[in-house]
Amino acid sequence: MSIGQTFLGLLEATPRHGYELKRLYDERFGQGRPLHYGQVYSTLARLLKSGLVEVDGVEPGAGPERKRYAITTAGVTDVQRWLAQPEKPDIYLQNTLYAKVVLGLLTGRNAADILDIQRAEHLRLMRELTRRKADGDLADQLICDFALFHLEADLRWLELTTARLDHLAATLHDEAAPTPPTSPAPPTSPAPTDGRPPQHVPTQFSSQETT
Amino acid sequence: MSGRIDRQQTGTGWIADLALGARLVFTGGRNGLVRTLMAAIGVGLGVALLLGGTSISTMLGARDDRTAARDDQFIGAPEPPPGDRTLLVANVDTEYHERGIRGRMLQPEGTRAPVPPGLTALPRPGELFVSPALGRLLATGEGALLGHRLAQPVAGTIGAEGLSGPGEYAFYLGTDQLEPGVTGVRIDHFGSDSTREGLDPVLLLLVLIIFVVLLLPIAVFIAAAARFGGENRDRRLAALRLVGADGVMTRRIAAGEALLGAVLGLAFGALFFLIGRQLVEGITLWDISVYARDIRPSPALAALIALVVPGTAIVVAQLALRRVVIEPLGVVRRSTGRRRRLWWRLALPIGGLVLLLPLLGGIDQTGRTFNEAQVITGVVLLLVGVAALLPWLVEAVVRRLHGGSVSWQLAIRRLQLDSETSARLVSGVAVAVAGGIALQMLFSGIQHNYVLSSGQDVDRAQVAVIGNRIVDGVDVGPLNERLRAVPGVRHVFGTLDTDLAAVGTPREADGYRPSNALRIGDCAVLRELATLDTCTDGDVFALAGNGEENANLPPLPTAGQRVELGDRTVTGWTVPAGIRTATARPDPIGREVTGILATPGAVEPGRLAGLSAFIYLAVDRSQPETLELIRNAVTTLGPGMQVQTLDATYRVNRFTQIRRGLFIGVLATLLLLGASLLVGTLEQLRERRRMLAVLVAFGTRRSTLSWSVLWQTAVPILLGLVLAIVIGTALGTTLLAMVGEPLHLDWPGLAGMSGIAAAVVLLVTAFSLPALWRLLRPNGLRTE
Amino acid sequence: MTEPTEKQPLLAGIELHKTYGSTPALDGATLRIWAGEIVAVMGASGSGKSTLLHCLAGIVRPDAGEVRYRDRELSAMSDAERSALRRGEFGFVFQFGQLVPELTCLENVALPLRLDRVRRREAERRAAEWLTRLEVDDVAGQRPGEISGGQGQRVAVARALVTAPRVVFADEPTGALDSLNGEQVMRLLTEAARQAGAAVVLVTHEPRVAAYADREIVVRDGRTRETVLAPR
Repeated sequence: MSIGQTFLGLLEATPRHGYELKRLYDERFGQGRPLHYGQVYSTLARLLKSGLVEVDGVEPGAGPERKRYAITTAGVTDVQRWLAQPEKPDIYLQNTLYAKVVLGLLTGRNAADILDIQRAEHLRLMRELTRRKADGDLADQLICDFALFHLEADLRWLELTTARLDHLAATLHDEAAPTPPTSPAPPTSPAPTDGRPPQHVPTQFSSQETT
Repeated sequence: MSGRIDRQQTGTGWIADLALGARLVFTGGRNGLVRTLMAAIGVGLGVALLLGGTSISTMLGARDDRTAARDDQFIGAPEPPPGDRTLLVANVDTEYHERGIRGRMLQPEGTRAPVPPGLTALPRPGELFVSPALGRLLATGEGALLGHRLAQPVAGTIGAEGLSGPGEYAFYLGTDQLEPGVTGVRIDHFGSDSTREGLDPVLLLLVLIIFVVLLLPIAVFIAAAARFGGENRDRRLAALRLVGADGVMTRRIAAGEALLGAVLGLAFGALFFLIGRQLVEGITLWDISVYARDIRPSPALAALIALVVPGTAIVVAQLALRRVVIEPLGVVRRSTGRRRRLWWRLALPIGGLVLLLPLLGGIDQTGRTFNEAQVITGVVLLLVGVAALLPWLVEAVVRRLHGGSVSWQLAIRRLQLDSETSARLVSGVAVAVAGGIALQMLFSGIQHNYVLSSGQDVDRAQVAVIGNRIVDGVDVGPLNERLRAVPGVRHVFGTLDTDLAAVGTPREADGYRPSNALRIGDCAVLRELATLDTCTDGDVFALAGNGEENANLPPLPTAGQRVELGDRTVTGWTVPAGIRTATARPDPIGREVTGILATPGAVEPGRLAGLSAFIYLAVDRSQPETLELIRNAVTTLGPGMQVQTLDATYRVNRFTQIRRGLFIGVLATLLLLGASLLVGTLEQLRERRRMLAVLVAFGTRRSTLSWSVLWQTAVPILLGLVLAIVIGTALGTTLLAMVGEPLHLDWPGLAGMSGIAAAVVLLVTAFSLPALWRLLRPNGLRTE
Repeated sequence: MTEPTEKQPLLAGIELHKTYGSTPALDGATLRIWAGEIVAVMGASGSGKSTLLHCLAGIVRPDAGEVRYRDRELSAMSDAERSALRRGEFGFVFQFGQLVPELTCLENVALPLRLDRVRRREAERRAAEWLTRLEVDDVAGQRPGEISGGQGQRVAVARALVTAPRVVFADEPTGALDSLNGEQVMRLLTEAARQAGAAVVLVTHEPRVAAYADREIVVRDGRTRETVLAPR
């Protein structure tokens, strides 16, 4: 699963700070294994180097790095390409697919398309396996069946997720809205009532209205 | 298997199981409820008919009581002397467009004259009291012509206690024109003892068999109705087995369901009966109408119905379960593979025959009684034999059928797989037809005893106007003119008759004065009565008396003899010298006249009174109002004139009524059975809904499926008819032999009964087609 | 085989709409079937895929849109004409309850031929051949109630193919079967259809069944999503 593309996806809605990206990533995709800061900044550095992100601004003040990153046009294209490309049907794909779906939703893309593309790819492989099975001997058939059943499980998940996309979108929206605004400042910093410009308020990033 | 625990709590267990069964009907979803309702409606219809059947005696009783209470014709009883309490009554019954109208003219002879039931006071002269039905008829345009006959103003209405039924046409007319002994009969009270005519044994046999024939199919129907929704019920019971009910419990639960259906059916039956009772008031069949309140089931029979119907339902439910094994995971039908046994089915009709055989030749009209129970049991066994043999027959025949078109194949294969359902539904029809055939045979066999040739010659005249000893000679000419003026009357001819006795003939003790008849008419008329070689006005003929009825008459007067004409007032006449003898021939109403025939030139009728008029009319029967106009014309002459239409035959009245009852009954029964067939067919169709949709999907024509439904009903019915004809003929032959009549195959009767049954099949198929076509809509393919 | 070889589709549904009561079952579904191809129509239950099949097969008339079979517009045809079309050109396999329980398996297979007025002996001869091809000739004389579900479906497949149809419509043909029986039925169905050159419209929600098809069409909320986005 690509941390870089995930960051890009997260940045597409609005520019963010590095620690903010880490927190969002951990919350949504970390599955109990948070990123190291080192991982975060090395990834960002790589993205900077390939011109997919740029530094949007540096906030004054002491403490950790206060650089804010924004996505570039090249970055958006990269996200687009990534999302539109089916993953190689493989077992244990869910992490990547899930990330793709969430980012698709977050960036206002059609998440159903992402799933459909994937499903088509899965079925393509299944057809191939089915054909191979028809020509092969019993051993081939058994091996193909193993793969077929796993692919079928994936496909079922894809279908179920497709059916639940609306629900998922609503959940993402809800999660974002009532959360206390995560300002660039440390957690103790005040709420948006402190007069900061609205674009700094991260509550906007999760929903499609931002685009 | 039904463990210890079960036996310990038998008491509550029983009730709980029954209640669970009943509750399942309601919780079983819409379908289960609909089926139960259908069964209940079926049972209800049967119960209503049974209740109606048991009400017949009370209904007829109440009717008889009321008609007896208003009786004013005391034939054979001496007239009371005139007094303060007497009343002159004239019977002025008439007919209007095939409706019989009871009419009485009333003329009190004193202040305390009796008042007929239904009136509060006697009508004053010119006052008309009418029954509600007659009032309605007069008020409409349809009664316009009758209005000419009953021109008097309507002063009031006759109450229900004075009418035989709500549809009866009746009137009382006050008058002061009646002459005692001529036009009026003197009475001092209304009402006679209700002497119900006892039926002679042959008629009693008929009535008994009619009841058996009508009620047995209903019993069969109730048994069939109790099985509506059987397959669904079996599945439900299987589900109960799955959650732990044992075999005995499922039986009780099934009994609970059946019981609920039967109890609902009883309730529906009572409801239908009450509704039908109200509807009956509006119906008049063959001049008979019935008050709703007269239709009361006899309490004992009603109680019996209330017990037997649920009992039957439970027994039938248990019998139905005998054929299936309900396992937790489904229902196994035992019927496949197990051939039906023939011996006990054959034993039923044979046993019936054995019971009837000792009675052969033992029943005649002379009135010896017979063992009713033996007859009923025998007939019931024979007819039940039809119901018992039919499933075997259908199975045996259908098993051998194959080939044919697709629709035929579908139907036959269906019957091969499950002939029982169809056979059961059809057995009621077969039983009814078998009974009907037997009855028809019995009827046609003994018909000549009860249907008499009237001897009337409808070629010469079609209507007769008869006035008995009430006509004055002077009135006849104008009456004839009026009759000739009626449109549609082609020819009017008639004689005026009076009595002819030797001068000084004394009256006998009962007031009868021995006399011969003198009939006055012109030559053309006299030729209708006798064979005359020549005739000119002024001729007189003597008819040689023949036959035993003339044995008591005095000898005919001879030429030159002085005689007296008339009865109360007499006129002298001398038999002319030129009297000749002639041979009589029957007149148009079938009388062979005797006495003296005279032309008006020999006896001038104008100076005679109290004559009897026999006027014959040849009419154009295609003109519907002619008869009414004739009646109107005659009414102007006053009461006592009768207008008869002439018919070649007539039937003993009781016989007619039995026949009517039979026909209504068979029709109602077959319609009811048709309804149950329909329900059964619809149920089968619904169960096959998905398969039908699939058949349509791969392009089956509607007509193919429609034909298949027709075959599926027609084949069992056809077999049922064959069986019904065989057993019905056997029963009919036996019955005929019992009353000592020769065997007589009643082909029209057979054809008629089979025709009705065939019509039932067509009707059922026709009514099930819309449902079939609805099921054929592709929606059936959608999975629930 | 899998690629469209003709310019014109054999069967096409264009912008189909169908509403049952107030629930729309089809809401602008469009698809094209080419001769000889096997197409899986997939979708969740209630997505309208069965309705789509019914419309394509001329069993149900769509409220709007047109169904075109070769040069003929199905909604312009009378009920009798559509029935004749289904008898002659189409074959059907359903999930369950499709065999006439009273008839033997042989008679069931012969039924469509007999409906097309083929003489009984000839119809049953051809039916017997198909039962053999589908490896169920041993149940020919038995009634559907006496055979297994897998055998029943194979009899149904034989019945669908006996008239040499150009299109076979299969609605969840393996829905009531276990994996092994399902595989067998699908293998026999697709092999027989390919040999006979019949197109198959295969409605299923099972991916493994859909994998027997050449391509798939997804129905969602009454609309088709042809998988044009899929890289070929």
